[in-house]
Amino acid sequence: MRLRASIGAAGWYAATLCITVVFLFPVYWMFAVSLKTPREIFRSPPAWYPATPQFGNFWVLFRDGDVWTIWNSFVIAGTSTVIAMALGTLCAYSLVRFETGGKNLALWILSQRLLPPIAVVFPIFLVYARIGLTDTYTGLILLYTAFALPYVIWMMRGYIQEIPIELEEAAFIDGASRWQVLWIVVIPLAGSGLFATAVFAFIFSWNEFLFALVLTRTQVLTYPVQVSQYFGAQSTFWAKISALSVLGTVPVFLAVACFQRFLVRGISLGAVKG
Amino acid sequence: MAQASGNKGGRQDRGFAVALAAPAVLIMALFGLFPLLYSIVVSFQRLTLTASDTGFAGLANYVRLFEDGRFGLALAHTFAIAAVALPLQLGLGMALALHFLEDRPLKRLFVALLIIPTVVSPMVAGSMWRLMFDDRFGPINQMIGWLAGERVSILWAIDPRFAYPAIIICDVWQWTPFMFLILLAALSNVDHEQQEAAALDGASKWQIFCFVTLPAIMPIVSIALLIRSLDLLRIFDIVWQLTRGGPGTSTETISIYAYVRGFQEFDTSFVGALVVVLVIALSALLMAALRRLEVAR
Repeated sequence: MRLRASIGAAGWYAATLCITVVFLFPVYWMFAVSLKTPREIFRSPPAWYPATPQFGNFWVLFRDGDVWTIWNSFVIAGTSTVIAMALGTLCAYSLVRFETGGKNLALWILSQRLLPPIAVVFPIFLVYARIGLTDTYTGLILLYTAFALPYVIWMMRGYIQEIPIELEEAAFIDGASRWQVLWIVVIPLAGSGLFATAVFAFIFSWNEFLFALVLTRTQVLTYPVQVSQYFGAQSTFWAKISALSVLGTVPVFLAVACFQRFLVRGISLGAVKG
Repeated sequence: MAQASGNKGGRQDRGFAVALAAPAVLIMALFGLFPLLYSIVVSFQRLTLTASDTGFAGLANYVRLFEDGRFGLALAHTFAIAAVALPLQLGLGMALALHFLEDRPLKRLFVALLIIPTVVSPMVAGSMWRLMFDDRFGPINQMIGWLAGERVSILWAIDPRFAYPAIIICDVWQWTPFMFLILLAALSNVDHEQQEAAALDGASKWQIFCFVTLPAIMPIVSIALLIRSLDLLRIFDIVWQLTRGGPGTSTETISIYAYVRGFQEFDTSFVGALVVVLVIALSALLMAALRRLEVAR
């Protein structure tokens, strides 16, 4: 019986290991390519690992200034997330406690999340071109705020619904104003959900491609657009592609590792509490 | 949800509630409703890069759209990708979730590792697979070569026969973990007593799965499917990075086609009509998705 159990365990771990290797191999390959020398990258048959890992490809990104695109992504995703969290949390509180707009407003907000970006990006491009907002931080931050808001409101609505109303009522009886209730009771109690929502909203903006592709030219390129531009007609910069992708992906890994507990809820739009 | 303090003057609360919601709603309306209204208006005009004829054009653009073979093909391409990728993601995700239902030490670590593809930017995912699929310097052809016993040089993103498999492999790789994670959470929440009762009644493992477990997780499965199908119908990033819609226009999806017509040919009115049709068509699916999500909470 014990023997059978341990054979079962060994089989389980063997299968699990195989699955994990298959799924992580492309990620490994990207990291491996980023650490190879240019000569190694263009070897056929390919080198399975960098003989002597080196950071030259990353240094080239700094030398050529491509690394600015990471900074642009950070500024745009970061600022829009902060604004969307502030406005979105207030809106969510209003929807939950006062049923503002009833059910229809809540559903309209969610529909904004699920519509295809291609449906909105063309008119916005034309307007931005006319008022000079293309290729500016302001233009992208505004659009990304609008893009993050439905997600923030929908998620925060769920977290705020879980706060017992009795706590707010108790604060009222103690003479707190509406704003004070919000600051002293609601925000602290929604704390961890607030952070998790902010992190995922940030990641969605950080990873976004289509809006950035359309609305940036040279000044505020985000890293996904920069990566796509390396795939040129005449030469393909494998070294830069892999190195910049690694730089853009590592922050996401770290963020998700810290907030893994909230991930199921975050990606299922609150349908699964996890 | 009851009002927090019905006795504190309703009108004052009303103002407070609206003030809290207004800024966010305004921004969303500006960026969500305006483009839609704009699209509706221009779809009845004749706007292009060179012509700015704002006269009423009737349904001319809609007629053009439906007579346009490329639009039909783009629809077909998009549905083809979704029709293959979605069942694969669901099936593989379910298999993984059932595998990980067993409690083992280090399970959490493996789950955390398996989630990685889903949180990577789709653009980066596409780039990774471009590296993987490269005919000379990528590892995929090399591995196929080992199995085949001879050197192979499949032109994954360039050969029409392999462009679709490449796109689908990339999408399945990225989103199977999404399905897996949601299904694992759903399966873990299923009430064990019912399963045990069925087992006592002599039901087989397969019967228990089909008649007890599956119905219990069905609401969540359908939500996951709805989220994923809406994503797949607007697929852009992965295809853009792997094939740019090529070779020719053979992997052009709806989003890529709209992008090309809008940003390379500046056929404003045509894109307007396309967007209107797209939004109307998606609305039914969207409504179903919204209801489910609303019911789920």
